[in-house]
Amino acid sequence: MQNLILEIQKWAISQANFLKPVPLGFWYILFMFIFGGVVLGMVMFFAGFASYAERKIAGHMQSRLGPMRVGPHGIFQFIADGIKLVLKEDLIPAEADRLLFKAAPYVLFAGSLAVFAAIPFSQVFGEPLGITNLNIGLLYIMAVSSFVVIGILMAGWASGNKWSLLGGMRSVAQIVSYEVPVAVSFLTVIMIAGTMNMFDIVKMQEGGFWKWIIFKYPPFTLIVFLIYYIASIAEINRTPFDIAEAESELVAGFHTEYSGMRFSFFFMAEYGNMLAVSAIATVLFLGGWQSPLHINILPAPWFALEGIFWFFAKTLFLAFVMVWLRWTLPRYRVDQLMQVCWKVLLPVAFANLILIGIWIALTTD
Amino acid sequence: MNISEIIYHLIFYVFAMLVIGSALVVAFSRNILYSAFALLLTLFGVAGLYVFLQADFLAAAQVLIYVGGILVLILFGVMLTHQISNVNLSNPAVKPWLAGPLVLIILAGLIWIIVKTDWSGPKIWLDLIGSELKILPGPTTQQIGQAIMGKYLLPFEVVSVLLLAALLGAAYLARSRGKSNQ
Repeated sequence: MQNLILEIQKWAISQANFLKPVPLGFWYILFMFIFGGVVLGMVMFFAGFASYAERKIAGHMQSRLGPMRVGPHGIFQFIADGIKLVLKEDLIPAEADRLLFKAAPYVLFAGSLAVFAAIPFSQVFGEPLGITNLNIGLLYIMAVSSFVVIGILMAGWASGNKWSLLGGMRSVAQIVSYEVPVAVSFLTVIMIAGTMNMFDIVKMQEGGFWKWIIFKYPPFTLIVFLIYYIASIAEINRTPFDIAEAESELVAGFHTEYSGMRFSFFFMAEYGNMLAVSAIATVLFLGGWQSPLHINILPAPWFALEGIFWFFAKTLFLAFVMVWLRWTLPRYRVDQLMQVCWKVLLPVAFANLILIGIWIALTTD
Repeated sequence: MNISEIIYHLIFYVFAMLVIGSALVVAFSRNILYSAFALLLTLFGVAGLYVFLQADFLAAAQVLIYVGGILVLILFGVMLTHQISNVNLSNPAVKPWLAGPLVLIILAGLIWIIVKTDWSGPKIWLDLIGSELKILPGPTTQQIGQAIMGKYLLPFEVVSVLLLAALLGAAYLARSRGKSNQ
C-alpha cells in the first residue's frame, strides 16, 4: 500500500502545508479507517438496494410488478423499509438470555463484514485498492467467516425459543458441512496460483478473459467454480438451501425473535454475505478487476476506476444469479442437502484437486 | 519511549487483558454457555497475540480451527445436552486431588517455556515515526510449509494418521449405534 499512501500524503501536503510533520504511519491508519468506513457504507447500501432488487426481480419473474409505490417504480422502497426498521420497537422476549441476545447480531455482522478487509477492489499504482493486503488472504477469509457461525448459534440459543434454536443448529450444521467443499475449491485455486494473497491471485489472471482461472484448465476449473458457487450459496443459507429459515417449518430460523435494528443487522449480514461470496468468486475465478478483453480506456492512475467498474459488474452479476436461483428452484430436504454436500460436491472437488494437480505437475518442470 | 512503542505496548495489553479476562469468565462462570461464548474471546485474543508476534498464518489457523471447529463443537455439545442450565450437572468438580497437581505441572511447564524462549526480534511492525511504511514483515506460510514438508515430514504424517484414525473411530461409533437400534 506504500505508493498509494505516499500519493495521499503528497496530495494532502500540497493542499495544506502544515500537515508536513504528520508521519506516514498516521496516513496509513487514517486511510484504513476511511476505507473501512467506505466499505461498511457500501455493504449497508448494497443490503438496502438488494432487498429492493430482489423483490423487483421476484415480482417480474412471477408476472407481478413488485414494489411500485415509493418513488418511480418503487426505487425508494428500501429507504422506507430502513426507516420502518429503525422506528420499530426493540423487543426482547422474556425467556431470552439478554446479554447474548443483544450481542449476537454484532458478532454475526462483524464476521460477515470482516471478509471485505482482504478483498482487493481494484489496482492503483501497482498495488491493491482495498482495506489491506494480506499474505494469508484466503485463509483469513475462511477464519473470519467462523464468527458468522458463532453469531448464529448465539442468536439461536439466546432467543429462548425451540424453533430459533433448531433453526440456528440447522444453519450451523449446513454451514460447517458446506465449508468443506468451499475449502477444497479454495485449495485448488491456491494450488493454481501458488499464493493465498488475493491481490497476487488477481495479478496472475491478467491479460483477457482467457487467462482467468475459470478458463485455465478446462473443464476442471469451471467445475471448481461451480462447486464454489453452489457451496457458497448453501453457506449463506439462500434458497435452494434455506432449510434453516424454511418459512413453512421454522417460521424464520434463528432470527425469529428479533425486531427493529437488531433484525436489520441480521438482514444486512445476510446480504453482506451474498456480496462477499460473489466478490470472492470474482477475485478467485473471474479475474477480479481485470477487464475481459484486456483493454484500458482511462490513463494510468484513473484506470483504478475502470477496475472498480469491472469488479462490481462481475460481482453484481453473480449476486443477480443467486437471486434468480432463489425464485426458480424449490427447497431441498435436509437429507438431500447433506447428500449433495458430502456425496456429490466433495468427491468432485477432491477429484478436481487431484486432476488439476496432475495437469500442473505435467506442464511445469 | 516514542509514540510507536507506546501504541505497541497499548495493543499488547489490550489483547492480553482480553485473553485473561475472558479466560477468567470461562473458568468461573456458573453458566456453562457463558463459559463457551467467553472462550470465543479468549481464542480471538490469542490469535491477536499471534499477529502481534508476526505469526500471521498461525493466527488465522488458530481462529479457523479453534473458533470455526472446536468451539462450534463445544457449543453443539452444550446446546444438545439435557438440563444443561442445571449448575450441579454442568459444572461438577471432578477429582480435584488429581486435577490440582496436573494444573501445577502444566503451569510449571508453561513458565519454563516462557522463560526459555528468546523473545527478542523485530518489535515494531508499524513504525509511525519513520518515513517508510513498515507493515507486517514477510509471510510465514512458506517457511511453515517447507518445514512441514521437509524437516518435520514424519511427525506431520504421524499426526495425519492419528487424525484419520480418529475420523474412522468417530464414523464407527456413529454407525454401530444406529445398527443396534434397528
